[in-house]
Parts: sequence; structure tokens; C-alpha cells
Amino acid sequence: MPPFLFWVFALMTLIFGAAVVLNRNPVASALSLVVSFLGLSALFVSLDAYFVGIIQVLVYAGAVMVLFLFIIMLLNLQAEERHRINWLASAGGLGVALILLIQVVFTIRHFEAARQTFPALSASTIDDVRNIGALLFRNYNLPLQIVGILVLVATIGVVLLSKREPR
Amino acid sequence: MAMTVPRPKLNWRERLYLPAIVAGLAITFKHFKNMLFGHTKVTMEYPEQKPDSRLPDHYRGAPALVRDEDGRVRCVACQLCEFICPPRAIKIIPGEIASTDHFARVEKYPEQFDIDMIRCIFCGMCEEVCPEQAIFLRKDYAITGFTRAEMVHHKEKLLEIGGVIHGVVLK
Amino acid sequence: MDSFFVITSLLKIVGILFVVILPMVSYAVYAERRVSAFIQDRMGPNRVGPAGLFQPIADMFKLLLKEDFTPRAANTFYYWLAPCLAVMPAIITIAVVPFGSTLFGVPMIIADVNVGILFVFAIASLGVYGIVIGGWASNSKYPFLGGIRSSAQMLSYELSLGLAVIPVFLLVGNLRLTSVVRYQIEHGWFIAPFVGDWMNPWKWLLAIPMIISFLVFLIAIFAETNRLPFDLPEAEQELAGGYNIEYSSMKFALYFLGEYAAMITGSAITVTLFFGGWHFPGIPDGSHGWIFGLMNIAVFFAKVAIMIFIFMWVRWTLPRFRWDQLMRLGWLFFFEIALVNIFIVAGIMAFHQS
Repeated sequence: MPPFLFWVFALMTLIFGAAVVLNRNPVASALSLVVSFLGLSALFVSLDAYFVGIIQVLVYAGAVMVLFLFIIMLLNLQAEERHRINWLASAGGLGVALILLIQVVFTIRHFEAARQTFPALSASTIDDVRNIGALLFRNYNLPLQIVGILVLVATIGVVLLSKREPR
Repeated sequence: MAMTVPRPKLNWRERLYLPAIVAGLAITFKHFKNMLFGHTKVTMEYPEQKPDSRLPDHYRGAPALVRDEDGRVRCVACQLCEFICPPRAIKIIPGEIASTDHFARVEKYPEQFDIDMIRCIFCGMCEEVCPEQAIFLRKDYAITGFTRAEMVHHKEKLLEIGGVIHGVVLK
Repeated sequence: MDSFFVITSLLKIVGILFVVILPMVSYAVYAERRVSAFIQDRMGPNRVGPAGLFQPIADMFKLLLKEDFTPRAANTFYYWLAPCLAVMPAIITIAVVPFGSTLFGVPMIIADVNVGILFVFAIASLGVYGIVIGGWASNSKYPFLGGIRSSAQMLSYELSLGLAVIPVFLLVGNLRLTSVVRYQIEHGWFIAPFVGDWMNPWKWLLAIPMIISFLVFLIAIFAETNRLPFDLPEAEQELAGGYNIEYSSMKFALYFLGEYAAMITGSAITVTLFFGGWHFPGIPDGSHGWIFGLMNIAVFFAKVAIMIFIFMWVRWTLPRFRWDQLMRLGWLFFFEIALVNIFIVAGIMAFHQS
């Protein structure tokens, strides 16, 4: 992928990510998040990680955000009202963000492995779906099973909670 | 009073609904196939085929004026039809028949006889009420025009549609 | 990225979109009207051109010349965005579907990605946004209800859709759609064990779960494309047309286009997954000459046309489901069937290999 496309998608992800917070209309926020996810998935695809990129769209943009939209529309949330900016709180938030940024830059500058250039991946030989599957079911089988049981328990819990009392 | 409609108890085969769905699909496919090969003929393709020959005798089409066997307009301008017309589509301006005329005893004739076909509802009350059997509903149904003025049938047009009627018609 | 690849890809995109898909969409509308008319013993549109074949062009001009009306209460930006979002996913999805073997050595697929079917589901799941946003931005009650219904329906049936195709990929062992076609050429079509080596008893055994899988997939596709018997988002009798009431002119046409494009894409995927794609017994692939390459493409689109006919046939046969029936059917019936089906196929395969 040409580097210019990287900048396009990276900017898309960041701008629409910011729009999620800045928009006052909850539906517009949710849709901005969808566009942000699409940019992110394009970045994954540019790294030849097709599976992760597509799952990003399938799960987050296609299912989770549709549920979000569904709930937002069902509750009929109105646009947020403007209120006075609390300067102290915003200064605090900005400070935390700045400290985090400094920390990240500092870490990258002093981390040897992050600065070397990696050899290019040869796209044709990689079947990332098979790799992920093999990795999950061979090396990490036990954690996968545990996660599966966790999800099953959560599902049963949801069914129990949403089930109506028998009359 | 609220009433509960008893629902039939279905056995497992009926509850699967598949045989019913397949049967329904078979019926619609039969109709599709018959239509595709021209076996069924239900609709009439109007401008090419016309229902004229199959119109019933009591069909109520466009109202029209008629002449009698002497060529006289049978209407005597009594204005009963104008009075009875529910949508007030008929407008008559009566004229005196000159005393020297052969039909002087009739006294009046319609100088103008307009039926606004935009208003006409083809109810046939004018035909019903006419004491002289001068106005009839003919079988013309395709009354068209590009302007409102075109849609007003004047006396000449009405006579042209109506034609000649001999003697007394039993209604 | 050599220029040959770029040029052939562009040719394929333009060719498939403007020569095949868009005319097919407009003629699907015409076919729908004719098929519905024939099923109901009517004639359908037969005036414009021979047998009414120019009707889509007349329809297009009619829709273009209509007043493009935006309601004052609508959220204008999203109101304009929604119809575009309704068309795009359906057309993008066709990119990963192999619509032919090869033509002059060029594979007849726009993008042969190794996550083919996941790509299809991912993009198809974005199709719901067009409807939901359209319903919400219209700022009117019926479109809103249509949008809500659509989002719930698509989420529910995506599960059965995804689970129903897993048996196919268990057998193929690869998510590429070209591998699915390749596998079916070697082993026979998935739901037709008599194609290929029909003496193999395992194939006949596997055909039973495959047919169940196909039926669940087909029904889920009906639900995903908002076709009757699952067209609750646009139920005319209840919602007076659903999410597209407030739309007029070309924006309405785009919704219409999107629905039919989704139907064509759904048919294309069904054909690829279960009916052997572009393969037909007796016709070799495109490496034997360009005439066979063209024949493969023709076979594929003939199969798609048959699938579209089935869509229409079902639409004009079955009545609409009630909302709670739809949800119960999706969650308590098809979901379980698809799940059990995966286990059956896995069991047969494990037994076969040991």
C-alpha cells in the first residue's frame, strides 16, 4: 500500500474518532465511530492482516454499532445540551493526555526493537486465517476453552435475566 | 364480549409448514407456467382488443341526444334532465320554434345543449327522467380530451353520438 | 502492482458493474413485475418496446424527472447519505465473487482475498446502515419503525447466515470463494450429489446436511435482503412502505436499486457456495479457449438469474410473517438447526477420515 493511503486512513481513523467525542448528536457519534472502525480495518488490511481487518468490520461496524444505534434510537436520545466548560476539569484531562503522550514517545525512543525496520511480509505465502486458527487451537487451546465457557456463562446469565417470570 | 377464536391443533407434520409451503409454491408455479405459455387468458389488452361486442345491453356509457325518423331533435328543452342531473353536468338554453314551422306545436327546442363530461357520472338519471325519450346513455366509454373545453359535449357532438331512433322505446 | 493488473482489474470492475450488475438490477425490477403478473394471471408491463423490454429505461426517466423532495423536519445530511449507503454494500460485495473461470488468462474475479466469505458478511452487514439511517433521518414515525425493525432483523439473521455456511467451509478448508468453486468442480456441487462422481456414498450422506444448510442460508438471505416473507422493514400494510416513505425521485430509486442489488449479490453468493459457481458439467474452464471462458460467465449469470426467479417466486407465494414470529423463527429455530448441522457435518467428516 502506498504510504499516502496510510496517511489517509490514519487521518480518517483519528478525525472520526475525535468526532465521536465532539458530536452532540448521539446518532452522529455512533456513525463517526463506524467510520473510524472502517479506517482502522483498512490499516489492518494494509498490513496483510485481512482476517483481523475484516473481523473489525464484521463485529464492530456490522454488529456492535448496529446494536448501539438500535439502543440509541429506541431510547430516543436527544442532542446533548451545551453546558459551561469546567476549566479545571479540562485542564486536568489535558494534563493526563499530555503525560501519556510524553510517556509513549519516551518509551518508543528508548525501546530498541521498536526502531529497527522489519523485513517486508511476503503477501502470497501468508494464509492468516489458517495461522490464527492453528495458533488458537494448538498453542492457546486451554485459554480459548476457558474464554468459551466464560462467554457461555454470560449468555446463560443474559437469557436468565431477560426471561420473564412465569405467571 | 371478548371471544377467543379456537385455533386448530396441528400435528407435527403440519407444524413443520414445509408441505404447505411446497404446495403453495407449486400452485403459483402452475399459474406462472400457464401464463408463460399462453394457456390462461384472463386479462384483455385494451387498445388492441376492445370490449365493445361484449358490453351488456344495460351498459351506461356517454349520454347522447337522438333524432326521430323525421330528422327532428327529439329534445323539447323541458330541462328536466338539467334539473335532475346530480353533478349538474347538463346545461340547456331553450329556443322557441317559429310558428310557421312544421313542428310548431312542439313549441321549444334546445338552442344549446351542453354536457360537461368531466362532471358526468354516467348515472343515467337524465335518460330515466326524459319524457320525450330524447336522451340516451350510449355505449361510448372512451371519452378523452386534452383540455376542459374539449371535454364539454355540445349539441352537435351529442347528436352525432346519439343517431336516430324510430318510434317509442320501451325502457 | 504492475500496470497489467491495474488495467485488467479496472476493466473487470467497470465491466461487471456497468455491463452486468446495473442492467441486471434494472431488469430484475422488470422481471419482478412480469413474474408477479404471470403468477397472478396478469400481463405485467408489456407496452414499452417489444414485450415491454424498454420499461426499465422509461422507469428511470420517470424517476429522474420526479420532484426531489426533502422534508423540512428531516436531518438533511443523513437524509441524503442514507440512500447511498443502501446501494454501496450490495455492489461492493460482488468484488469477491468469482463470476467466471479465466478469460485470456485473467481470472474472472475482481479481488481473490483469502477471507472471501467473511468479506461478504462484513460488507453485507453494513447494508443495514442505509436503512436505519434513512429511517432515523426522515424524522417520521413509520420510517423510524422500519429502521428499528430492520436493524433487529438483520442482526438476528446474520447469525444463522454465518452458521449456515460453516459446513461448506469445513469441507473446503479455506475461506476463499475460488477454492469453494474449485472444490465443487472436483467433488461435485454441494447440494447436487449426482454431479461429479455420483458413486461415492459419502457424498450422498453429506448432501443431507448440505441441503439443510442451503435452506437455512436461503431463508437467512431472504431476511437479510428484506424480501418477502421477511420484508417487515418495509411492510406496506403495516408501515405504509417503511423506511423509504419520505423519499422521492432518485433517492427512492437508489433504495429500490439497493434492494435489488442486494438480491443479486445474495443470489451470486448462494450460487457460488452451493451450486458450483460458474461450473457446469461438460463445459471446461477458460484455459481451453476464450469461448469457454465466456460460456463459464454465461453459466454463472444464468444460475444467478434462476436464483433471482426463486426469490420472486417465493415473494409472490408466501404471506408476510408477524414480527414476533420472525424473531422466534430466527433465534429459536434456524440458529439451532444451523448449529446442529455443523456438528453433523463435522461428525461425518471425522468418521470418514478415520
